[in-house]
Amino acid sequence: MTTKKEILKYAFIQTLPVLFGYLFMGIAFGILLEEAGYNFFWAFFISLTVYSGSMQFVLIGMLGGGMGIISMIVLTFSVQCRHIFYGLSFIEKFKAMGKRGWYMIFSLTDETYSLLCGMKIPEELDKKKVFLAVAVLDQSYWVIGCTLGGIMGSLIGFDTTGIDFAMTALFVVIFIEQWYSFHSHLPALVGIGCGTASLLVFGPGAFILPALIGSVCLLLLLKNTIVKEEDSQEVCQ
Amino acid sequence: MSSGFITPFSVIMLVAGCTFAIRSMPFALFGGGKEVPPIITALGEMLPPAVIAILVVYCLKSVSLVTAPHGLPEFIAVGIVAILHIWKRNNLLSIGGGTLVYMVLVQIVF
Repeated sequence: MTTKKEILKYAFIQTLPVLFGYLFMGIAFGILLEEAGYNFFWAFFISLTVYSGSMQFVLIGMLGGGMGIISMIVLTFSVQCRHIFYGLSFIEKFKAMGKRGWYMIFSLTDETYSLLCGMKIPEELDKKKVFLAVAVLDQSYWVIGCTLGGIMGSLIGFDTTGIDFAMTALFVVIFIEQWYSFHSHLPALVGIGCGTASLLVFGPGAFILPALIGSVCLLLLLKNTIVKEEDSQEVCQ
Repeated sequence: MSSGFITPFSVIMLVAGCTFAIRSMPFALFGGGKEVPPIITALGEMLPPAVIAILVVYCLKSVSLVTAPHGLPEFIAVGIVAILHIWKRNNLLSIGGGTLVYMVLVQIVF
């Protein structure tokens, strides 16, 4: 049996890259949320319950009101749908973790997923405990970052105008990563096309839903072309 | 029927609930070792780049090209994020650098 300390130490080292990323993005989120009129309690609460990088940024826009419930549900499902496929790689492993498996499902973010996929856990460490430690550490970095950002947002003396661009930059970065990881650029282009067209037709207030529906339809039509372009690579393992 | 007033708290709970529902979906649907329908797998692969592209458009939706400064700060800053990221592939550098440039542009330059 290994000690808790060894497991925690191993998990901490593994999660270091996520530590910096989550603190930074969390702080940006906390500041933006504070700017939108919600103090650090809200940042703490949201990072504890929603716990999702990109979705939390989109959520700030939803809090302002003006979006219908159906639109919110559809938008959340669309932004988060990639998570469906993360879970597929861990069905048996999380099941074996019993009640803790529920937390693993809840906390399976992009970053935690990539860590869990990539880790070469030494034989002598209990794999399940390492999984849990990684998941808990990652979320604690995120909660600390978001809360800290909320506190900083209320204290900062300098002009924070334009800091909301962090969200745009985040999506541009993810866009480029997706562009590289896909052989076919059609899905990305379909998104840009449908997004822009829908914005022009329906205006800034109501363009997301039509853009998403349009994209899904176009992608299904183009499915055979895209699948042909895509090498049959296995994700994770 | 109007959608009525939705409190921030219920919006958060709704988003949290949907997020958890999505994350637990594969366990609920395919926990028994059932095959994943090909159409779901295909959509799951193709949809994320499209959604992210729409979200980029979403972030820039309020930029006006016809009134000054004609979206210049946004285009310059997006360009810098892209260049930094293609060059170094470092998330923090790209996001931090781009945001800093954007803040300088909207506060001082334009």
